[in-house]
Amino acid sequence: MQRGVMTVGGKGISLLLGLILALGGLLSGPAQAAEIVIGGLFSITGPQSYLGEPERNTLEMAVAEINAKGGINGNKVKAVIYDDEGDANKARLNASKLIDKDKVIAIIGPSLTPTSMAIIDITQPAKIPLISCAAGVNITSPVQERPFVFKTAQTGQMAVARIYQYLQKKDIKKIAIITVSSSFGVSGKDQLVAQAAKAGLEIVAQEVFGEKDTDMTPQLTKIRTTPAQAVICWGTGPAPAIVAKNMKQLGLTIPLIQSHGAASKKFIEYAGDAAEGIILPAGKIAVYRDLPDSDPQKSVIKNYVEKYEAKFKTPVSGFGGYAYDAFNLLMHAVGKAGTDGTKIAQELQKIQNFPGVSGVFNLSPEDHNGLGPDAFVMVKIEKGEWKLVE
Amino acid sequence: MEKLAELLQYIFSGLTNGAIYALIGLGFSIIFNATAIINFAQGEFVMLGALVVIAFSALGLSLPLALVLAVAAVTVMGLAFERLAIRPARDATAISLIIITVGGGVLIKGLAMLLWGKDAYTLPPFSGQEPLTLAGATILPQSLWIMALTLLLVVGLEAFLHFTILGKAMRAASYNPVAARLVGIRVSQMVQFSFGLSAALGAAAGVLIAPITMGVYDMGTMLGLKGFCAAVIGGLGSIFGVVLGGLLLGVAEALASGLVSSGYRDAVAFLILLLVLFFRPQGLIGRRPLRSS
Repeated sequence: MQRGVMTVGGKGISLLLGLILALGGLLSGPAQAAEIVIGGLFSITGPQSYLGEPERNTLEMAVAEINAKGGINGNKVKAVIYDDEGDANKARLNASKLIDKDKVIAIIGPSLTPTSMAIIDITQPAKIPLISCAAGVNITSPVQERPFVFKTAQTGQMAVARIYQYLQKKDIKKIAIITVSSSFGVSGKDQLVAQAAKAGLEIVAQEVFGEKDTDMTPQLTKIRTTPAQAVICWGTGPAPAIVAKNMKQLGLTIPLIQSHGAASKKFIEYAGDAAEGIILPAGKIAVYRDLPDSDPQKSVIKNYVEKYEAKFKTPVSGFGGYAYDAFNLLMHAVGKAGTDGTKIAQELQKIQNFPGVSGVFNLSPEDHNGLGPDAFVMVKIEKGEWKLVE
Repeated sequence: MEKLAELLQYIFSGLTNGAIYALIGLGFSIIFNATAIINFAQGEFVMLGALVVIAFSALGLSLPLALVLAVAAVTVMGLAFERLAIRPARDATAISLIIITVGGGVLIKGLAMLLWGKDAYTLPPFSGQEPLTLAGATILPQSLWIMALTLLLVVGLEAFLHFTILGKAMRAASYNPVAARLVGIRVSQMVQFSFGLSAALGAAAGVLIAPITMGVYDMGTMLGLKGFCAAVIGGLGSIFGVVLGGLLLGVAEALASGLVSSGYRDAVAFLILLLVLFFRPQGLIGRRPLRSS
């Protein structure tokens, strides 16, 4: 209601305001333009804070950046950011707060698939575009029922496809999978199982571990008794590093392939020597220096990494990039469509060949993610650094 | 033969974890015996032990010195915890005190998060990375350290409680506070001392597993819960029982995840706990509690 009045009366009000200022001549500087308020909702604290914290930092940085350039269509941008602590209930409460109290035009986040799924039935009826930073493929599908929901993270589905492409090239036929029992691991496992047959792979062992488990030797001992030619581990945080260490301890020498959840510098630090030789699909941000200059993402990533590291004095992770892409896509759409939710959503799905940190986005009314398996590259850890393997 | 090596591998894994559960469980047991409360901040002492030793080691101290200093520092924190959180409410009921320990645990965890951030930190193992091979199964030198030092700590604790005047006073205060007071034992001091001792045991568990599990601010909760299970399974009143409970829990978890399915790992721990609570609420070895509170 209020928003409607603002857009209709916006021009008139600013004209009037300009007139008053010109007449009074007391104040210098341009007229106060309308402020574009966007919402941010991330898991800034709690076990998944390694996602939410860089996303929050990135969004704040990106907002400051765009305002320094004069904002969007002459309007300053303001981000209201809340912490959902990785909790679906808090995500719902904060999503309602962003829409009802803060009157945001769109929401970036949440960081996790469960929290994203939890707020869809709040943002969707309110016609507020939601650009999730989580990976789950279910967030944007079925897309017909969710015209206002988008996401910028690569999905596990693409990572699995990328790994299987690599295994086929290496002529590996039998694999063992070991996945974390969180939603990330469960959806990874589903995808690994679902795509295996098509890739001509046989899964000879399926093991799971808890997010906070400290010893996976029993699962790996079991895998050792199978004819597996490679182990695929799906997890985030310190646990996948323990899997790597335990494999070394058991003298299990078949290749270990980690998921994109292990594509952070922290993983290499956690795993230490055991990280050597591990292969994983990573967003291009991990190896952007090795990319050819012809890659459209290279300059986008370089710009993001350098600004982030200069500002926050910590190494960048790919996770912040999800928020960066979400913000840039949103601003692109707002620049064309203004502040109306329906128009923004329509503009978002028209975006083509938009190079971001996580990939080149080609959105459409059928695809609200817009990325393909080529958003990932396969990397190998050598001497504590990622090396492009293909 | 292959099957035997596989089985042995599960048992090594289980004994390593079990020894840690036992140390944490002993912390629960000591405070329970002194005060009849369950200290749910016990897991946080484990986390503090791990993070403090990593901090000292990062300062450039030699590993043995860092270990001793870390345990000492966490012991002081345990004493302070009793003084600041428990003693001001000493006339409250046991259940109120238990809730205080839950709150204290959350506070300690929060402070650790502010101090260390949310990342995990690594510590080099005490001696060597190369696993040893034993009958086809491999074991890390660190696991041997864990088992040996746990054994040493348990024997030391037993000796302390039975052969030193302070240990005897602690036991006396726990059996019958009124009578202990009558013969001149300062019961409140013994209670404080029990917190210090529990913190020391928790910290010891923390420094021992830090090279294997890494140290992170939220590692204490699950470990504390497992230690609590170990203590209840074995019987809160008996040192031997708690050690047995810990080892049993560790081995059962490892066997369950190896032989049945890794998805049942935690379920097995809590299933054993429930079975014990149904059929032997005093624990496998424990005596029935002397107090009714």
